Amino acid sequence: MVNEYRIALAGNPNTGKSTLFNALTGLRQHTGNWAGKTVSLAQGNVEYKHKTFHLIDLPGTYSLFSNSTDEEVARNYIVFEKPDVTLVVLDATSLERNFNLALQVLEMTKNVVICINLIDVAEQQGIQINERLLTNRLGVPVIKISARNKKGFPLLLDTIDRIVTGAIECNPAPMTYPPMIEDKIKLIEPKVRELVGNEISSRWVSLRLLDGDETLLNEISKRLVPEEG
Amino acid sequence: MSIQDLYTEAQALSTAELRDDVVQHLYERSHKLCHEGISYTKTKRDTRTEKLDAIFTSPIFGFPIMIVMLGVLFYLTIAGANIPSSILAEFFGFLEGYLTSLFTYLHAPDWLHGMLVLGLYRGTTWVISVMLPPMAIFFPAFSLLENYGYLPRVAFNMDRLFKRVGAHGKQSLTMAMGFGCNAAAVISTRIIESPRERMLAILTNNFVPCNGRWGTLIVLASLFMAANFTGGIKSLVTTGVIVGIVLFGIIVTFFVSWVLSKTALKGIPTHYTLEMPPYRKPKIFDTVIRSSLTKSWSVLVRAVKVAAPAAILTWVFANIYIGDTSILMYAVEFLDPFGKMLGLDGYILMAFILGLPANEIVLPILLMGYLSTGSLTEVDNLVDLKQIFLDHGWTWLTALNMMLFSLLHYPCGTTLLNIYKETKSKKWTFLAFAIPTVLAILVPLIITQTVRMFDLM
Amino acid sequence: MGKPNIIKLVQGEKGNTIKITSLNLEGVMRRRLLDLGFVVGAHVEVIRKSPLGDPIAYRVSQTTIALRKEESSRIEGELLPNGE
Repeated sequence: MVNEYRIALAGNPNTGKSTLFNALTGLRQHTGNWAGKTVSLAQGNVEYKHKTFHLIDLPGTYSLFSNSTDEEVARNYIVFEKPDVTLVVLDATSLERNFNLALQVLEMTKNVVICINLIDVAEQQGIQINERLLTNRLGVPVIKISARNKKGFPLLLDTIDRIVTGAIECNPAPMTYPPMIEDKIKLIEPKVRELVGNEISSRWVSLRLLDGDETLLNEISKRLVPEEG
Repeated sequence: MSIQDLYTEAQALSTAELRDDVVQHLYERSHKLCHEGISYTKTKRDTRTEKLDAIFTSPIFGFPIMIVMLGVLFYLTIAGANIPSSILAEFFGFLEGYLTSLFTYLHAPDWLHGMLVLGLYRGTTWVISVMLPPMAIFFPAFSLLENYGYLPRVAFNMDRLFKRVGAHGKQSLTMAMGFGCNAAAVISTRIIESPRERMLAILTNNFVPCNGRWGTLIVLASLFMAANFTGGIKSLVTTGVIVGIVLFGIIVTFFVSWVLSKTALKGIPTHYTLEMPPYRKPKIFDTVIRSSLTKSWSVLVRAVKVAAPAAILTWVFANIYIGDTSILMYAVEFLDPFGKMLGLDGYILMAFILGLPANEIVLPILLMGYLSTGSLTEVDNLVDLKQIFLDHGWTWLTALNMMLFSLLHYPCGTTLLNIYKETKSKKWTFLAFAIPTVLAILVPLIITQTVRMFDLM
Repeated sequence: MGKPNIIKLVQGEKGNTIKITSLNLEGVMRRRLLDLGFVVGAHVEVIRKSPLGDPIAYRVSQTTIALRKEESSRIEGELLPNGE
């Protein structure tokens, strides 16, 4: 169906990602307050402007460098299942660490919405967030919400809607590394592109190969290479 | 060029520091983003969390608070479940009268009435009336603690003890999960990132009694251990016995973990990190509604789904005769000598074997077994229930042994399946079955033989 | 003021702030710590010890993370004067 879109939810543990998922979908799914609580991929639907958004709740992870099963699950979904939009849920009270994950997602895929949750708690603690500046810096929409109090949902849904219809284009600001790393990426990237095509970000794959990510290697040979014979 | 070759080439180019540099750069950019996009109007920190941690993880109060919380949680569950349980049982007994009349009115054959009413109906309504009330209290109460953020503090307090037996502090969280459902808890061990400690958590999770065994434990404890007490004291004594059983399960967990980490899972304790998120007031209403609806409901549905066919099957086994003995009785008689050695009997072992799909149905199957041979009394209340047990030669020792067997025995079918899915190993799944089974035989055996030797009965 | 005072994370007293200078760990544990924000240059505050003395909770990149002494004894940093 043309009117159905898949929206993946990624984020650190304890960011209220599952709370957001529940609040949006109304699907009765349990939320927890400890690391990696969401273990299997819960799914639920949201109807918005005659469209159906299939929400997929990815495991909460600190990074996507495949150090654990959960991280692999989340990474594989974002890279290989290619959701129409990836929603990265951040905790407004610990953005420094949370941005780390968001930046990793931005390297992997284009259509990303950054969702800063727990904004009410942050404001109580005197944390003011300039989401317009962050939107400019990151090149993707940054939205403040409170999943607990269902604040900011209309804007969030509208933004997702405008991304899938093409009204907004996401242009994630690329991450630049020190020249030493960039030189190596330049060496390897053309060859990677030859192999993976435009299916997945060749820059990201190059970085992962340089980093020695063997699980990704297996995943790529399993998913992409057989098609080429 | 294959991806493998590319990987080799990339590795040749790469340096050991690359990962550090990449992550450090990500953090630098995060830091810069925060610096530019966020302003702090107050220099206020989250002092509430700090103050609460000073209490919950205090060297003096930390452990007592934990034990009190566990005790209160159990007491609420046991005392609170009593009345709704008996109301439900009465209600279903009342309905059964009408069902029987209906069957008589329709001139339904006896076997149909037996199978559907005495088998299916009694079996499933039993599961509902014994299980639903404790679940409806335990799950929401537990979810509140969980959503509040208390559980990671338990892992923080307990880690030293777990470390001593070679396990991970987060195992206390997966164990807590196990009080609800072992099958779900096995999946939740994914929060333990190091494989060795995770395996320990998987193999020992079963020693935490899941909701399906609560019913059995509570009923037996209140019938046989707290028999001489009434009212509030009775609930208190029952709670005490249950806490004792749970503590014994925890001791067994530590012991088995320790043995395994010295033998099959030898190795240095691997990495450990634990995040302690800020305390957040849970949305009480939402949490209660959600956890009742999701957890309690889905566990109940699963139990009923398993209970229904098992109840029919048991009735059929009990009522198909070869010669003048029913199939069930053949099995019971075969198992009886072994059961007696453990201070149990053939019926009990039979019930545990037929109860492999789900622990919830062990007690109903047992009752059906007992009833199918004796008079078919309706079980309206616990006094009748106790009479049935006494008629079959039960003593407090039988009850204790059955409680211990229930605590220690092999995981249910769903849990075993999940263990296989998570470990992807037949060997470990077999061990997950074998270790508890051996313990469940040894412990009652030793207790029974000791009691008999010293003639303590 | 003089030479930087380099200590191990595990030696930090409650309330100390330590600026990480090196991580002497390998493999997955190193990666995990990096992901959590234990990167060179990061400021880490010692929050509290568990009732039995180990693990110890640290404040790093705006979150609280508990580490066992096996790990915290392999992270070194400069002890910063109070108030950073």
